Amino acid sequence: MDLSAINPLVLLASLMVAATPILLAAIGELVVEKAGVLNLGVEGMMITGAICGFAIAVETGSPFLGFICAAIGAALLSLIFAFLTQFLLSNQVATGLALTLFGLGLSSLLGQSYVGIKPPATDKLHLPVLSDLPVLGPVLFSHDLMVYVSLAIVAGVWALLKYTRLGLVLRAVGENHDAAHALGYKVIRIRIAAIAFGGACAGLGGAYLSLVRVPQWTEGMTAGAGWIALAIVVFASWKPWRVLLGAYLFGGVTVLQLNLQAAGMAIPVEYLSMSPYLITILVLVIMSSGKGRAALNAPAALGRVFHASS
Amino acid sequence: MTTGTDHHLIEIDGLTKAYPGVVANDDVSFRIKPGEVHALLGENGAGKSTLVKMIYGLVKPDSGTMRLNGAPFAPAEPRAARASGVAMVFQHFSLFEALTVAENVALGMEDPPGQRELAHRIREVSETYGLPLDPDRLVGDLSAGERQRVEIIRCLLQDPRLLIMDEPTSVLTPQEVDILFETLRKLSSEGTAILYISHKLEEIRALCDSATILRLGKVVGECTPREVSARDMAEMMVGTTLHVPTREAGKGGEVLLKVSGLSVASTTPFGTTLKNVHFEVRAGEVLGIGGVAGNGQDELLAALSGETLAPPDAVSLRGRPIGQLGPNARRRIGVLAAPEERLGHAAAPDMSLTENALLTGVIREELATGGFVNWPKTRSFAERIIAAFDVRTPGPDNAARALSGGNLQKFVIGREILQKPDVLVVNQPTWGVDASAAAAIRQALLDLAAEGAAIVVISQDLDELMEISDRFAALNEGRLTAPRPAKGLTVDEIGLMMGGAHDMEAAHA
Repeated sequence: MDLSAINPLVLLASLMVAATPILLAAIGELVVEKAGVLNLGVEGMMITGAICGFAIAVETGSPFLGFICAAIGAALLSLIFAFLTQFLLSNQVATGLALTLFGLGLSSLLGQSYVGIKPPATDKLHLPVLSDLPVLGPVLFSHDLMVYVSLAIVAGVWALLKYTRLGLVLRAVGENHDAAHALGYKVIRIRIAAIAFGGACAGLGGAYLSLVRVPQWTEGMTAGAGWIALAIVVFASWKPWRVLLGAYLFGGVTVLQLNLQAAGMAIPVEYLSMSPYLITILVLVIMSSGKGRAALNAPAALGRVFHASS
Repeated sequence: MTTGTDHHLIEIDGLTKAYPGVVANDDVSFRIKPGEVHALLGENGAGKSTLVKMIYGLVKPDSGTMRLNGAPFAPAEPRAARASGVAMVFQHFSLFEALTVAENVALGMEDPPGQRELAHRIREVSETYGLPLDPDRLVGDLSAGERQRVEIIRCLLQDPRLLIMDEPTSVLTPQEVDILFETLRKLSSEGTAILYISHKLEEIRALCDSATILRLGKVVGECTPREVSARDMAEMMVGTTLHVPTREAGKGGEVLLKVSGLSVASTTPFGTTLKNVHFEVRAGEVLGIGGVAGNGQDELLAALSGETLAPPDAVSLRGRPIGQLGPNARRRIGVLAAPEERLGHAAAPDMSLTENALLTGVIREELATGGFVNWPKTRSFAERIIAAFDVRTPGPDNAARALSGGNLQKFVIGREILQKPDVLVVNQPTWGVDASAAAAIRQALLDLAAEGAAIVVISQDLDELMEISDRFAALNEGRLTAPRPAKGLTVDEIGLMMGGAHDMEAAHA
């Protein structure tokens, strides 16, 4: 084993790239869950975004258009979920699982003629001064635009939830939809908007995988990233900055695992692959045993069907 | 504003609203003047809630008109009603537990000011009206009385011209009720009209200037509450002469249920922890336990029914420790319970009445042999309950969810009583039940006691407790006062017991 082959700076730089897809998907899901909806279809929306983005980028030659269409495609898919759960009042867990399976199937169908093609390259940004800084420059300031967009979304979601009226209404809907309805807020409309936002974010995350991180199209290429995103939301106890921490932590584990494999580590890497889920289970146990604020931060109406009586 | 004797703030004419199978409001008309406190009186299901929901814009009337200050008024949504100066304090609180007081208030306002300004105004208004409140606290940590203040202050910040209050006192101690009435009188003297919904007649007589009485969706009478007796109003409300349970003072036999030093931690974040609860109940005796909601009632019922386990000696039956026995083991030896929440706790909503009868009756009624359910016997048990307690339902195959609240309550209480328990614990036995059915349930409880059972009635309805209890105790923040004979207790004494006077504890051995 030769750990000296692992360069911490390169590790850090590749960590940001590795974490971006799950960060995008997780911050979208956080908004959905804050509105009181549990959408387990993240994996399906991600992979649909991955193929939509990939196909459009290949056809038009523009990765930018690819990302836009990935967000739109996945948001459309999430609207199927929204229609089923919000209007037909179907069970959110079952519908979400169905959405994942549907998304996986749909994406392989759409992607049949794109296997083995190379997408147009997404440019790395070159920021004046910042990118030229020694050490920090290559590690933090020389990534493609999407890395910074994902960070901006996290900051935006945080500010929205904390400081704006829209954020307050969103939290209120997720906390007690009957009371929100009684006060005259449009519970279903707000939830549909949140679901579509979550879909768009998951789509961006998927497209980042197929256009930047890998970059090519293979069936089932998200390989559980959507489930990690769901786990991160719980791990972060529904707080935006902790989602960032969780995504970078779990992204780091993914990168580290590859590096350790290359370095010939003695313990099986599967243990590292398991670790995000183990940590999530641990957090869930700690949360449910503690009766204080931690347990409270979960939206109280999460996963409950809203039906406006009267 | 044209203030004359004939000026009305709100005029309601011929409002009608029908739901499939039931006419909730049928040609309802009444008027309220500025500064008037107007009572809307009626039993559960009389259509009071539907009526105020129409005024508040939550429900659209099928026909009829409303005028506010002489102008046509037809709010499409609560937002529009609030903009016109109509505010409402809900019966079931419309608050968000995980949000702060200030955030909750902001959600009820059209155009809330910034956080700091809002906090300042909340403090200001709450001082003015004698309702102290800290804007930064989480609503989940507040008592029921404080939560109601949040709702009231949320309304007051909008300078309403009409304030609708839907059964505001059901969760308050007598002292808190006095504070609330002070606030309402002050508002009324400033010109705010109040539409006050309740079925507590003495309160209406103390507070209201005029009253409209509803029965089965129709206006059946109007009166000036100060000039008529509570009994007259009650009879207008119910439409028949009330049957008051007859009570022979119980002598009390051997001690059946004994609870000593019962302390149980709550299992939910906003629950109450029971602290060192002591009491005993004798055969033939009814112990009434009062207290404001959320002071440990649910936890006490769970500890007595066996849902939460306690140290063995904390609960005993005829001297035998049963603290570690689960609900079925307790049923086997005759300790039965009927919890407050009907749907989901006392009954499984989507299962039929027959199946629900089986769920608690299987042991004592021997409804299963060798693991196989005896359905004919179960069905006849359900039919006996339906017949004995006048449960209005097409038959035992109907789902529990399909019954109205009052009918389901009769069913779940009847199911336990027919199993001939030695000890029966009930929580809110007549909550949401109309007056005649409530009287029947109370009479059944008294009959059971007369046959030698020990009964614990947990309730927030003080009149009910005074009517049927031999002894009375109150829960306050998980502590139980020493039980005292119910006869001769004054409202002030009860209020002190509920409000946390622990000086009686010393007298308890």
